[in-house]
Amino acid sequence: MTSLKSSKPIAGGVALLLALAAPWLLSSYDLNLLARFLALSLTAMGLVLLWGEGGVLSLGQGVFFGLGGYAIAMHLKLVGLGPEEIPDFMVWTGLTALPWWWAIFRSPVAAVLAVFLVPSAIAALFAWAIFRRRIGGVYFALITQALALAFATLLVSQQDKTGGFNGLTDYKTLFGFNLNFPSTSVGLYYATLLFVVIAFAALTWLLGGRYGKMLRAARDGSNRLRFLGYDPAPYKIVAFTVAALLTSLSGALFTLHAGVISPALVGVVPSIEMVIWAAVGGRESVIGAIAGALLVNFAKDKISTAFPELWLYGLGLLFILAVTVLPKGLAGLFGEDHPFKPARWRKEKAPEPAPPLAPETAPREEETVA
Amino acid sequence: MKPPMLQMQNVIVDFDGFKATNDLSLTIESGSMTVVIGPNGAGKSTMCDAIIGRVRPTSGKVLFHGREIQDESEHGIVGLGICRKFQTPGVLVALSVIDNLTIAATQDRRWWRSFGKKGEAEARAKAEEILDKVGLTERRDAIAGNLSHGEKQWLEIGMVVATDAELLLLDEPTAGMGAAESTQTANLIKTLLGKHAVLVIDHDIDFVAQLGGHVIVLHQGKLLKEGTLAEIRADEEVAAIYLGRQK
Repeated sequence: MTSLKSSKPIAGGVALLLALAAPWLLSSYDLNLLARFLALSLTAMGLVLLWGEGGVLSLGQGVFFGLGGYAIAMHLKLVGLGPEEIPDFMVWTGLTALPWWWAIFRSPVAAVLAVFLVPSAIAALFAWAIFRRRIGGVYFALITQALALAFATLLVSQQDKTGGFNGLTDYKTLFGFNLNFPSTSVGLYYATLLFVVIAFAALTWLLGGRYGKMLRAARDGSNRLRFLGYDPAPYKIVAFTVAALLTSLSGALFTLHAGVISPALVGVVPSIEMVIWAAVGGRESVIGAIAGALLVNFAKDKISTAFPELWLYGLGLLFILAVTVLPKGLAGLFGEDHPFKPARWRKEKAPEPAPPLAPETAPREEETVA
Repeated sequence: MKPPMLQMQNVIVDFDGFKATNDLSLTIESGSMTVVIGPNGAGKSTMCDAIIGRVRPTSGKVLFHGREIQDESEHGIVGLGICRKFQTPGVLVALSVIDNLTIAATQDRRWWRSFGKKGEAEARAKAEEILDKVGLTERRDAIAGNLSHGEKQWLEIGMVVATDAELLLLDEPTAGMGAAESTQTANLIKTLLGKHAVLVIDHDIDFVAQLGGHVIVLHQGKLLKEGTLAEIRADEEVAAIYLGRQK
């Protein structure tokens, strides 16, 4: 075990070096894919905090992904336009003036602030309203899924202001850099890598300290915590808010790499895919979540190119395998205790992991206010 | 005159017509030992639930040092100084024994404190002390979910004690324990008296005898008798409800 433990920082170091050297190792097409998927890994990291450690399954992370993506995309659509000009799709749908909430996004500072602050504020308010009423488990998952559906539907229906089904695309420059230059792509790749490293460090710090313990305590025994004199809700609210922030950042960076944000990237199916990245990588491991996001998305890219109709089945199969055989995901293979290790090598049996959908299900322990 | 530490005044808890406690009144003094006995369904656990805010009385009052607490939040009541051990051991399964005790021993329980280190050292020192008291020193770093049933019971008693609450409610602390362990538990509880008032619910009459203290008999949600164990044992009405004899 010790050899495995001490080898972890070395493996991490090698991975980071490879990531730093990637612009020289990969074609520009593959580098763009890697950058996109690294951006997506921020969403999976947020889910480790929220779902793996907090026991709160959100099927609506697409909402925050979209808020981040659209915030930066609105700015990109406005740069380069004259004071009286409005984005092309508005002209086509007959709009004559820019709505005021679009005008704010002329300022790059406002756009960046919106990426960070708007989803966090919405997430904090939403989580406060929900967790204070002790709604959890399946109920929470369903509410968040409904939100994702409503959000995507709203975007499609407001075509004149949101670009509708096609979303926002065709960006030219970001903060004065031409997005079509290879150097800009490389710069954006490094920026994404930096955010991933920062998020990794922040989550490791957060989960390693008192807060992480309190969050796990709130996951496994919110009643016990309550009767020890703690209010368990704030720990979950913080987890939901931080996850939303990471997801928004993820959406903004993804939009820059992909050159598009649309309702198809934020609805119910993408939100479930986000959960699968974390499940496959390991929902209790931050590094596992990064690996999960990269692996699932590279697989999606390769498989859906070769056999477009097969990918969804493959994704479903992956999820079933992750839940039944590897409840701790790929990260579980490197843990103290995994299903393929002979019993005599195992250390003490770890406590039963909470079931994926309903840790401490609402109706029994928590009196759910529906 | 100083009000008693805890008073229940005419507390009725009504579950859809079934009165789990029916006009229950009782008083607990600081530092005292009270043992509650009674047949299944007598309302013993519901009485505890009503004190700690897990159920809200349909009518009646619960007063702690003269202050009405029946509408306080659960964690607010703990903050005032009442903590309970549940019938089925409720420990924080993913955390180590010492972390369980440290969380319980932390006095400033506001959420934003979890981002800093303030008060952590004191809580940890207190936790180490309790660890020794409940005999779990060797299991210090074990994950609580991996403990045996008896060890979980001890850990939870330790956690309740670690909160430093003035009133400790122990609901069947010896459930699943053997005779030797029960005796140890009784000795541990006795060391708590004076600093804490303790209310114990138990069925095991030997254990109740070891504890000594004031005995309250509940029956059909009402206080049937109170007195020393000898008085209760001699009481015919109590014998009748336990043995099902008709008067």
